[in-house]
Amino acid sequence: MVPVSYYLMLSAALFGLGVVGFVFKRNIITLFMCIELMLNAVNLAFVAFSRMLGQLDGQVFVFFVIVVAAAEAAVGLAIVILIARNRKSLNVERVDSLKL
Amino acid sequence: MPVFTYLWIIPLLPLLGAGLNGVFGRHWPRRATNVVAIGSTGLALLATLELVREFVHFGADQLSGSQSYFTWIAAGTFRADFALRVDQLTIVMLLVVTLVGWLIHIYSIGYMAEDAGYVRFFSYMNLFMFFMLILVLASNYLLMFVGWEGVGLSSYLLIGFFFRKPAATNAGNKAFWVNRIGDFGFLIALFLMFRTFSSLDFSTVFSQAASMPLELSGHGVLTAIALLLFVGAVGKSAQLPLYVWLPDAMEGPTPVSALIHAATMVTAGVYMVARSHVIFSLAPVAMTVVAVIGLLTAFFAATIALVQNDIKKVLAYSTISQLGYMFLGCGVGAFSAGIFHLMTHSFFKGLLFLGAGSVIHAMSGEQDLRKMGGLRKKIPWTYWTMLMATLAIAGAPGFSGFFSKDAILNSIGGPNGLYLWLLGVLTAGLTAFYMFRLFFLTFHGQPRFDEHKVHVHESPKNMLVPLVVLAVLSVVGGLWAAPELFGGENYFSRFLSPVFSPDLGSAAGSPNAFWFAIGRAEAVLNHQLTLDFMAITTAVALVGFLISWWFYLRKPDAPKRLAASLSGPYRLLSGKYFVDELYAAVIVRPLVWISTNLFWHVVDEEAIDGTVNGVAEGAQESGGVLRRIYSGNTRSYAGWVVLGAVVLITFLIWMAR
Repeated sequence: MVPVSYYLMLSAALFGLGVVGFVFKRNIITLFMCIELMLNAVNLAFVAFSRMLGQLDGQVFVFFVIVVAAAEAAVGLAIVILIARNRKSLNVERVDSLKL
Repeated sequence: MPVFTYLWIIPLLPLLGAGLNGVFGRHWPRRATNVVAIGSTGLALLATLELVREFVHFGADQLSGSQSYFTWIAAGTFRADFALRVDQLTIVMLLVVTLVGWLIHIYSIGYMAEDAGYVRFFSYMNLFMFFMLILVLASNYLLMFVGWEGVGLSSYLLIGFFFRKPAATNAGNKAFWVNRIGDFGFLIALFLMFRTFSSLDFSTVFSQAASMPLELSGHGVLTAIALLLFVGAVGKSAQLPLYVWLPDAMEGPTPVSALIHAATMVTAGVYMVARSHVIFSLAPVAMTVVAVIGLLTAFFAATIALVQNDIKKVLAYSTISQLGYMFLGCGVGAFSAGIFHLMTHSFFKGLLFLGAGSVIHAMSGEQDLRKMGGLRKKIPWTYWTMLMATLAIAGAPGFSGFFSKDAILNSIGGPNGLYLWLLGVLTAGLTAFYMFRLFFLTFHGQPRFDEHKVHVHESPKNMLVPLVVLAVLSVVGGLWAAPELFGGENYFSRFLSPVFSPDLGSAAGSPNAFWFAIGRAEAVLNHQLTLDFMAITTAVALVGFLISWWFYLRKPDAPKRLAASLSGPYRLLSGKYFVDELYAAVIVRPLVWISTNLFWHVVDEEAIDGTVNGVAEGAQESGGVLRRIYSGNTRSYAGWVVLGAVVLITFLIWMAR
């Protein structure tokens, strides 16, 4: 049986990739994918703990996270499409009209 | 509909009048203003007369007592009701206030006819009537205090009535501030009273005070309460050392001087002391203070009045002096004599002020006695009514002032009574002198004004009728209390006796028999002695009159020569003993200096403004730095989130270790 620490290390690695990508990338779509990566890294940790503790709570959380991620993807992609139409660009640095 | 079950209607009527005229007065014709102002006070007078009828008809025992309408304040054990009270003392005060007040309202129609603030004037006057009626009807000290402050407010508003004149607004402010000192004492007395008796209701306080064990009352609580109450009375009734506001208050319109600063409001202090007679009588020290302050004020103010040249200023100092007499009466235990003098004084002094107003009206605004003279033939009605009032205040036998002043002077007893009495009699002589001085300078001798320029004219009828009514009252008002030896009966004293000496028999054995003994001093006076005293007082007053007559009619240049030969005392008197200057140097100027240099420039500008502005500047500057974080760059926000998460996690791990 694979020890739980392996899963956690994989989860942490995926999460770290997501964070780094989110902070340093400029394309909005890429940012989205980074967010998904982080969410799924968390899902992996949930599932691993759920299995380790023999409880279903973690798996229930995962379903919630998946549902929220789907909703987020739907709304977020709609926003991305509008940004692309209005700005003719997917560069996130150009979406800064709300600053002081 | 018996009025005594609807007591609240008496004060409510003037309040309605004030409200209606205050709100609608500008939009409706002057006739309507008159109807509302005169009508509301007239109806209050009618209600009072009906109350008197019921009082006589049903018997005083049936009606005396208080009626509570609603609980005004209830907090913990403290409870104050909106409760009105009627007894003999209230009846007398109600009659004086409504009758004199109504007459002066009528007079004002003529006197104020040409003033732009006509409606405002009547609205304030009605407001004053409301508060004054609350003051005399109140059944507990707190409600009385409401009326007390309310008349102070009305007085302030009416002194500063001609608010475009700096002197008038200053006088109003001065009256307000000086009264604050007195009201402070009154308020402390109320606190102390509540602490001692757990109540501010008259009947509760008085019954508890009367039944207080001597060991407790001997500790001085009652003396302290009485003295503090008297501080309030000193402020309101313009006694030494707080009298300075009253002469300045003459800046107000003359009917105001007549109503508020002669007949009613300034006598509120006397009423309050008389109302609290139970407390005062149990505090012999306080009684002595009341008597001495009253007498000193009477003498002191009379000496100032000797040399004043403004007709209203003479009357103002005369009012202070007469109020001193009333306090003297209260201080020696003759409360009913004090109240009696209050009543007759409101008649003749109200009349004197109204007469002075009529003179000023006739002279088109001139108030300086030196520029009058010879007005007798030109304004005969004013002349004759003023003569009645002058005779009354000077104590001519048979006139009202004669009886009331003698009632007070004859009540003086005790070991040092002789000195008090002598000073009182001397003051009576001074009174006769300065009043006839005013009278002769105004009406007799040669005119000292340019007769071609000043068109002297008699006042209109609506001003003369109140003069005549008050003149009649000034003449016959004293007969109500004519002592027995003149074949009369002292109805007044007997009428008030249930208030001032209830149930002598049962109290005689109590430890507090002291004040009952004082109350009796009036009754047991020897008749022959009374006659002798009266003869002396009358003779002294006659001497005052004769000196006045010699100085101002026979030898009109004698006063100037005397003033020149006694220039020191003369300057002291005409400078009013320089008390105003003394107060300015000792109190006002240091206060202004401290306020300006410490409280304004240091405390306010440096400390308070500095703190407030410092906080604002700090917020602004730190905000200027912090706003840079919000660049609008999403990835930088994400970076901050990550950084925060890293810090948080590091912290948690470090904590868990």
